[in-house]
Amino acid sequence: MVFHLDKCIGCHTCSIACKNIWTDRKGAEYMWWNNVETKPGTGYPNKWENQEIYKGGWEKNKKSVSLKGTGKSKGLGNIFHNPYLPKIDDYYEPFTYRYANLTNSPEGDDQPTARPVSQITGKNMDIKMGPNWDDDLSGSHDFAQQDINLESLSQAEKEAMFQLEQMAFFYLPRICNHCLNPACVAACPSGAIYKRGEDGIVLINQEKCRAWRMCVTACPYKKAYFNWNTGKSEKCILCYPRLEAGHAPACMHSCVGRIRYLGVILYDADKIEEVAGSSEANLIDRQKEMLLDPFDEEVIKQARKNGIADSTIEAAQKSPVYKWVKEWNMALPLHAEYRTLPMLFYVPPLLPVMASLSNQDNQQQEKIHEKGKQWNVEWIYDTSTDDLWSSIRQVRFPVKYLASLFGAGDERKITQIIEKLMAVRIYRRWKTVGDITETKADKTLEKAGLTRELADNIYRLTTLAPFEERFVIPPAHREEAVEMMKDTGVHKGSVGFKI
Amino acid sequence: MSWIQDLISPNTRKWEQFYRNRFQHDRVYRSTHGVNCTGGCSWQIHVKDGIVVWETQQLDYPLLDDKLPPYEPRGCQRGISFSWYLYSPLRIKYPLIRGKLLDAYREIREKSNDPVEAWKKLQEDAPKRSEYQKARGKGGFRRASWEELLEIIAASNIYTAQKHGPDRVIGFSPIPAMSMLSYAGGSRFLQLFGGVNLSFYDWYCDLPNASPEIWGEQTDVAESADWYNSKFIAVMGANLNMTRTPDTHFFAEARYNGTKTVVFSPDFSQVAKYSDQWVPIHAGSDGAFWMGVTHVILQEFHHKKQVPYFLNYAKQYTDSPYLVELSEDDSRYKPGKLLRANRIEQYKDIENGDWKFLNINESTGKLVVPNGNIGHRWDSEEGNWNLKLKDNTGNEPIDPLLSLIDHADEILQVEFRDFGLDNRYERGVPVQWIKTVDGEKVPVTTVYDLTMAQYGVSRGLDGHYPDSDDYHNKDMAFTPAWQEIFSGTDANTVIQFAREWAKTAEATNGKCSIIIGAGVNHWYQNNLMYRAGIMTLMLCGCVGVNGGGLNHYVGQEKLAPIDSWGTIAFAKDWVDAARLQQAPIWHYINTSQYRYDGFSSEYNIAPENEYTNMHNADLILKSIRMGWMPYYPQFNKNPLDLCKEALENGASTDDEIKDYILQKLKSGELGYSAADPEAEENFPRVWYIWRGNAISGSMKGHEYLLKHYLGTHSNVIATEREEQKTEEVKWHEVAPEGKMDLVVDLNFRMDSSALYSDIVLPAASWYEKDDLNSTDLHSFIHPLTAAVAPVWESKTDWDIFKQIARKTSELAKQHFSSPVKDVVTAPLAHDTPDEITQPEVKDWAHGECEAIPGKTMHKLKIVERDYTRLYEKFISLGDKVRSKGLGAHGNAYACEDVYDEISQSAHFAREKLDNKMYPSLKEAESAANVIMQLSTLTNGKLTSRAYKNAEKKTGLKLTDISEGNEHTRVSFSNLKAQPHRYNSSPIWSGLMNAGRAYAAFTYNVERLVPWRTLTGRQHLYLDHPMYIAYGENLPTYKPSPKWELYGDLRETLKNGEAKVLNCLTPHGKWHIHSTYMDNIRMLTLSRGIEPCWLSEADAEELGIKDNDWVEVHNDHGVFSTRAVVSNRIPKGVCIVYHASERTISVPKSQVRNGKRAGGNNSFTRVHLKPNLLAGGYGQFSYHFNYWGPTAPNRDTHVIVKKMTKVEF
Repeated sequence: MVFHLDKCIGCHTCSIACKNIWTDRKGAEYMWWNNVETKPGTGYPNKWENQEIYKGGWEKNKKSVSLKGTGKSKGLGNIFHNPYLPKIDDYYEPFTYRYANLTNSPEGDDQPTARPVSQITGKNMDIKMGPNWDDDLSGSHDFAQQDINLESLSQAEKEAMFQLEQMAFFYLPRICNHCLNPACVAACPSGAIYKRGEDGIVLINQEKCRAWRMCVTACPYKKAYFNWNTGKSEKCILCYPRLEAGHAPACMHSCVGRIRYLGVILYDADKIEEVAGSSEANLIDRQKEMLLDPFDEEVIKQARKNGIADSTIEAAQKSPVYKWVKEWNMALPLHAEYRTLPMLFYVPPLLPVMASLSNQDNQQQEKIHEKGKQWNVEWIYDTSTDDLWSSIRQVRFPVKYLASLFGAGDERKITQIIEKLMAVRIYRRWKTVGDITETKADKTLEKAGLTRELADNIYRLTTLAPFEERFVIPPAHREEAVEMMKDTGVHKGSVGFKI
Repeated sequence: MSWIQDLISPNTRKWEQFYRNRFQHDRVYRSTHGVNCTGGCSWQIHVKDGIVVWETQQLDYPLLDDKLPPYEPRGCQRGISFSWYLYSPLRIKYPLIRGKLLDAYREIREKSNDPVEAWKKLQEDAPKRSEYQKARGKGGFRRASWEELLEIIAASNIYTAQKHGPDRVIGFSPIPAMSMLSYAGGSRFLQLFGGVNLSFYDWYCDLPNASPEIWGEQTDVAESADWYNSKFIAVMGANLNMTRTPDTHFFAEARYNGTKTVVFSPDFSQVAKYSDQWVPIHAGSDGAFWMGVTHVILQEFHHKKQVPYFLNYAKQYTDSPYLVELSEDDSRYKPGKLLRANRIEQYKDIENGDWKFLNINESTGKLVVPNGNIGHRWDSEEGNWNLKLKDNTGNEPIDPLLSLIDHADEILQVEFRDFGLDNRYERGVPVQWIKTVDGEKVPVTTVYDLTMAQYGVSRGLDGHYPDSDDYHNKDMAFTPAWQEIFSGTDANTVIQFAREWAKTAEATNGKCSIIIGAGVNHWYQNNLMYRAGIMTLMLCGCVGVNGGGLNHYVGQEKLAPIDSWGTIAFAKDWVDAARLQQAPIWHYINTSQYRYDGFSSEYNIAPENEYTNMHNADLILKSIRMGWMPYYPQFNKNPLDLCKEALENGASTDDEIKDYILQKLKSGELGYSAADPEAEENFPRVWYIWRGNAISGSMKGHEYLLKHYLGTHSNVIATEREEQKTEEVKWHEVAPEGKMDLVVDLNFRMDSSALYSDIVLPAASWYEKDDLNSTDLHSFIHPLTAAVAPVWESKTDWDIFKQIARKTSELAKQHFSSPVKDVVTAPLAHDTPDEITQPEVKDWAHGECEAIPGKTMHKLKIVERDYTRLYEKFISLGDKVRSKGLGAHGNAYACEDVYDEISQSAHFAREKLDNKMYPSLKEAESAANVIMQLSTLTNGKLTSRAYKNAEKKTGLKLTDISEGNEHTRVSFSNLKAQPHRYNSSPIWSGLMNAGRAYAAFTYNVERLVPWRTLTGRQHLYLDHPMYIAYGENLPTYKPSPKWELYGDLRETLKNGEAKVLNCLTPHGKWHIHSTYMDNIRMLTLSRGIEPCWLSEADAEELGIKDNDWVEVHNDHGVFSTRAVVSNRIPKGVCIVYHASERTISVPKSQVRNGKRAGGNNSFTRVHLKPNLLAGGYGQFSYHFNYWGPTAPNRDTHVIVKKMTKVEF
C-alpha cells in the first residue's frame, strides 16, 4: 500500500466509507479503522505516537526484538492487568444528540434544540474530545504544539513552525499497516490474530478472541480496538470481502484525492526477524531489501514453488506499490523505528515556500500607510523566490520533522524524495511550457537520480493513472479456498443459507 | 518468526464469513446528492434487505481526452455520510403542522364547509393570526394527514389570489441543477398559479456580478479537468479541498505536469498546503494585489515589450480599442460614455446607432464600426454580429488602433480616482477631437489609453504618474508598493507574480487561470475584486483558452439542458409570462431591513452625485418602475382585480387592459407595492420553501425575518434609522411584524427552516426519487434514482406540488369557476431587444420621458389563468413549445417535430386533454425524458438546428461543431446505466468535441461569436451612467466598508469599547451550507458543533481558551457556540463556517436575556451595491439569477465574548 501525502486533501471520505460498512454498530461507535490526522498534531487516540505512554511496538534486544509493553515474556504477568491501554477519553466518548426533540417538543416559549448526549450512558454530555479533534490545527496550542515529533527540533525551530511565515500542516491518513512483523499477532495470548498467507492481511479471529486486549497495547499505531459490546477486539480487515470480489478496499475506492495505491509485493519472509532487529539507521533500507523483484526469474521460480499463483505473480509485476517503494524509492514507512515492518508506505508531502516578514523594524514601519492601519498588523509579507519554484531549503516544514515521521530520523531519506518530486515537476514544466531550459530540466533529473523515462513514469502514475492502475488486485481464487473444505460446486448451491 | 504463520487449516478461517456476510447487498442504484455543492457526483447506493445501507462512488464517467486524468472517483466526506439521514431521528416522516395553527383552523373549519372561507376567517381574526405567528419556531408540531394539510395550503392559495393577488404567493428553492425536477415541480406550480419564484444565486451572493459586467454572461467556467491544462493557477477566495473536494485532485495533479500554483488566503487554509506560494493576504484586499499585478503587466508586457499575442488579443477580443468620450465636469476631464456611432455624421442614420460603437482603423486612421456590437445583434439585417475584424458597412478588413499615443491631437489631463487612499490624480491621456452631429467637438480616447492611465503607466506622458520604473512609489495608485498598504503583501511578491504570470501566458498562449470563490465573492466590493483579477486574464489573452480564464465556483451549478428545462420549470409551455423575482432587493425591502440601513453612501465609498445621495430603497423603487429590476407583489392592488376593473370599464382586448393599467400608473392612482412595503395590501402572504434553508442557512438578516416576516421572537437590537429615511418609499412610523400568513416547508430533515415553518411536508430524499443533475465542474448529465420508495409518508417534491396543484384546482371550482385575466409586469430582459432600450437614464415618473412599457419602463403582459385546470396543465407539456420553439441565452430552435414524436410515441408517456395528446409530465421520469428529448445538449438533431440558427445571426460557419452528434438521443434509462457527456451547444460558450475539456468562451475566441455585451467584446470599461456615478467605470480598488459605518455594532458598542473582529463565513469542511452539518458523522469528525475559530492572540486577549463557549454577536443577533483557537487564523478575524443550523446544541444566550441563540446569519444584515441595479442597457439588463445587487456577508463585524454560564 502507498499513500501519496502530497495529494491527500484531508477530506476523510475514506474514514466514512469504512465506518459506514464496518463500524457503524454497537460497541464499535468510537472505532475508526481508517482515520486521518492533521500533522503536526497528536492524533487519534490522543498522543498515540508516544510509546512512553502506550508501550506499543517492538524494542531491540541482544538477539533480535521483543515487545515493548506486553507479549509472551513480559505480558503473562500482566494478563489481567494491562496498564498501557488507551482509555475511552484518549479516543473519545462517542456522542449523539437529542435530535427528536426538534420535532417532538411540545409548544413552549422558546425554540427547542438538540443537546448532545453520550452514546454510552445516554446522558447529557459536554463534548471535549473527538476522533479528529485537532483537525486543521484546531486547538493548536494544546495539540499541534504537543506533537512528539517536534521533540527533535530546537525550541526556536518549534516556535517558528507556528509563526505565519513558516506555518503549515498536512494530512496523515492511517489504517492498519498489515505489518510483516505485527506486534498484535505476537502479543495475542489466544493466538486469535494471524496474517493471511495469500494476501498478508492481518486479522483478529472473532471466534477465538478472548478480550485480552494485548493487541491494543502492542500495536504502536493503535489500530486494534476493543469492541465493548461483543467483547472482542477488531481492526481493519483491508476489506477482504471486497478484495475477494475484485473491489478495492472501501477507503481506497472512495479516495477522491486519488492518493492511494494497492498492489502485491513479494517478500522474503525468512528475513523478517533479522531485519526487524537491525540498527535503526538501517531499518528502512533493510526492509526494502526484503521486497523482491517480481521480474527476477529466481524470484518467480521460488514464488511458484511456494504455491503462489501465476495470477498473483502477474499482479506483482503490475504493482504500483513496487514502483513507488522499490523501483523509485519514493515512499517510506511511518515510524519504522517501531520495528513492525509496516507495509503501508507514504510519499512525503511538498509544502509551500517559506516567507519572510519585512517588517517590524522602525524603518519598515514607515512603509505602512495610515490607511493600512485598519488591519492592525505591522508587517509586510514577502513570499517571492528567485526561481519559479523555490529550493528545498525554503520548504516550510523543517525536514527534521518529516524525518521523525517517515525517515526513522534520517533527513536524507526525505530530501531525496522531495528532490525527485520537484525534479518531475521541473522536467514537466520544461516539456509543457518551456520557460525552464532543457539543460536545467535534465540536470535536475540527474541530480535526483532520475531519467526522463522514469520521470514520465512517475508523472503518469501520479496524475493520469486510472483506477485499474492504482489498484492492482490479484484474483482471490476463492474456488480453491472453498475446495479445501468442500466441493466448490456444492458450495455454489448452498452458500448464503444459514439455518 | 514462529508466531507469524500462514494458517493452513481452512477450518480455523471459517469465521471470516463474519465480515463477508456484512459486505452483501441486494441491489446497487445510481443516484447523487441534490445539495448545493456543485459536485454533481454519481454514487452507488447499496440496498440490503430493503434498506439503504451505504453508498460508494461510481467510477464509470466517460473518459475525456487521454492527456487528462480521469474523473473517477467523485464524492466527498459529506456525500458519503448521506445515508444516515434516511432513517435518522431528524427525518420528517409524516406531514406536520404547528398545533396552534391547526387548532385555530379546525375550530373555524368545523363550522364551515368551505376551506377558503375558513382560511379567510382565520386571517381576518387578527389576535388568532398573531397567536399562531408567535408560536412559530417554538415546538408544538402535530402530525396531520396529507389531505388535511393540502386543503389548508390550497385554501390559502385561493384566498390569497382572491384577496390580494396571486403575486403574493412566493416560492423559494435554490440551484435547480442539483435536482432539476424537484425544483421545477414547485416553480411550475407557482408560475401556472401566477405566483413568484425568488432568485437564489444573487441572494447567496454567489453571482459574480463582474461576469455579466465583463462578459454579459451569468457565469461560465471550465470544468475541473481543465485545471489540469493550466500552467499557472492562482487561487483566491476558494478553498478547494473544502468546497471542490472531488475536483481537487486535478489541481494537485497539475503540479506534477509543471503547473505553478499560488494561493491567496488570510488563514493557512487547506488549499494553501498545495501551493508553491501561500500569500496570507489581508482579508478582503485581494483586489489591491491584482491592481498591482496589472500595473506591472501593463508596464512590462504591454508598454515596454508589447507582446504580440497580448496586443492582438486585446484588439480583437476586448473593448480596448473602443473610443470613449471625455466629459468635462467642473473644468476637469473625466472618462465618460462610449462614443456612439450615431454621434458622428458618417453613421448618423445607421440602424441602432446608439448601440454601435467606434474604433479607429489603424491603416486608414478613420473611424469605423467594427462588427459584433450589440446593435448588430438586433439589426433588422442579420449576419454582422460576429468578431471578424471587418467594418460592417463595407466589409473592409480593419485593424483597430489600441492606443492614440502616436496618433494624438492633444494630451489632455484627465481626472482619475483612487478610493483606497482617497486621492485624485490628473494624468495625461492622448486624445483626438471628434466633431459630433450636434456640431460639438469632443475629445475621445481609447479604453486602452484610459486603462494605462488608470493603472498609472505613464508611457512618458505628463501628469501624476509614478516614474515608469518605480514600483515602490507607495503614494500613487496602482503600483506594487501602493497595494502593500492594503494587502500586507510585499511589492516583490507582486512583481514576481506578475512576471511569471505574463511569461507563462506568453509561452503558452494564455494558459493562466484564476480559481475563485466565495472568499472573494462574498465581500461587498466583490465585483471590483473580480474585475481586478480578470484584467490580468484579458490583458494576457487567457480568457477563452483551455487552461486559462476565470473559474468561479460558488453555487452556480450549471443546469446544462436549460433550453428545454426552463420551459417546463417556468410553465412557458402554457403561460407566456413568469414572475421571477430578484431576491436581494426583495428581502431587503420586505424584511424591512432597509429601515435599519440608512444611506449606503455612508459605507460605500463613491463620488458624490445625484445617485450616490439616494437611499437604496428609493433607488430600488426607481429601478422597478424603469424596468431594470422585477418586483412582486407588483401593485398595491390585486392584479386580477385590476384586469377585471379594466374589463368593467370598457377594455376589451389585452392591449386595452394594458393601456387602462398604464394610465392608472401614470396618474399615480395605482401605486407600486415597493413604494409602500409596510402597508398590509403589499405584504407577501404565502411562502413555499423547498430544497433550501431559506429561513436560516441563506437568510442574510435572519433575525429581521423572524421579526417582520414571521412575527415570532427575534434577537435584533438594532434600531431603525429614521434620521436617514427613504424619500419616495413611504416611511411608516412602525414596521409591521408577521407579514406572512402561511409558511410551508418541504423537507426530509428537521432543519432550521422546517423548525420555523407552519407546515412541514415530508419530502423524499435524494435516494428516493428520480431526477436529473448537472454541474459545471464536469460535463456529464446523470440521474438521481429511487433506490427505495419514499420512506414513511414522504413524497417527491414533484409529486407534492402536483398534489398542491390538484387540490388548488379542486377548490378553484367554487371560487374561480371561470378563467380570469392577470397582468404581469416584467423587467427589460437581457438577450432580447429590451437590452437596447435605454441609452440614457430617464425616469418617466419624474417626467423626464414618456412612460412606454418595454422601452422607458417595465413591460406589461396580460395572461389568462384557469385555476380549475392547474393540475391538468401541470401534468402535460403545453403546445406553446410546439408553436414557439425553445432556446436559451438568445439562441432559438424549432422543435415541432420532436414534440410530435413524443406526443405520438409508444415509448413515452402521454396525457389526453380535450381529446388531444400531450407529452406527459405526470411522473418525474417522464418529465426527465421530455427534457432530454427537447434539449440541444442531448438531442443531436436539435443541436445542429440551433447552430444553424446561430449561423444566420452571426454570419459565421458553425454547424460543423455538431457534426458527428446528429444521432445523439439520450433517455433517462441511458443515464441510469452511465453518466452521459453532453454535446457542445450554442447555448453554452465552451467547445467540447472529441473529449476536449470544457473551457468557457472558447466558442467566442475560436469561432468569433460575440460575447453578449455592448461591444460584443469583453469589457474593460463599463460606461453605464450608474457606473460612472459610482466611480466604477474603470477597474479600481475600493476598500471594504469601514465597520464603524456598516451598522453592525451601533447598539452593541453603545456602552463602551470592545474588541471588534471581522467575522468571515467561508464554506466549511463538514457541511454543504446547512446540510450535513447536523449529520452525526460530520459532527463526530469535527468539534460536535459549528465552532468559531479564533487566533491565539485574539483569544488570549479575550480570555478565551480552546473549546470554551462563546457568543458571537452584534446588533443583528447572536450566535452561541464553542471556540476553536488556532495558530492558522490571523489576528483581527474570526471564522464561522457558513450556514450553521440553529438546531444542534444551541444554548440560551447570555447577551440576549436567556433567549435561544441563533445561527450564523443571526449576525448578518443585507447591504446592497446600488450600481448593480442598472437595466435596459446591454449586459446591464435583467435576467433571473443573472443580474442585480447581491447580498454580501463578509464585511460583517462582531464581538466575541466568553460565556460564563451555559444553559439549554
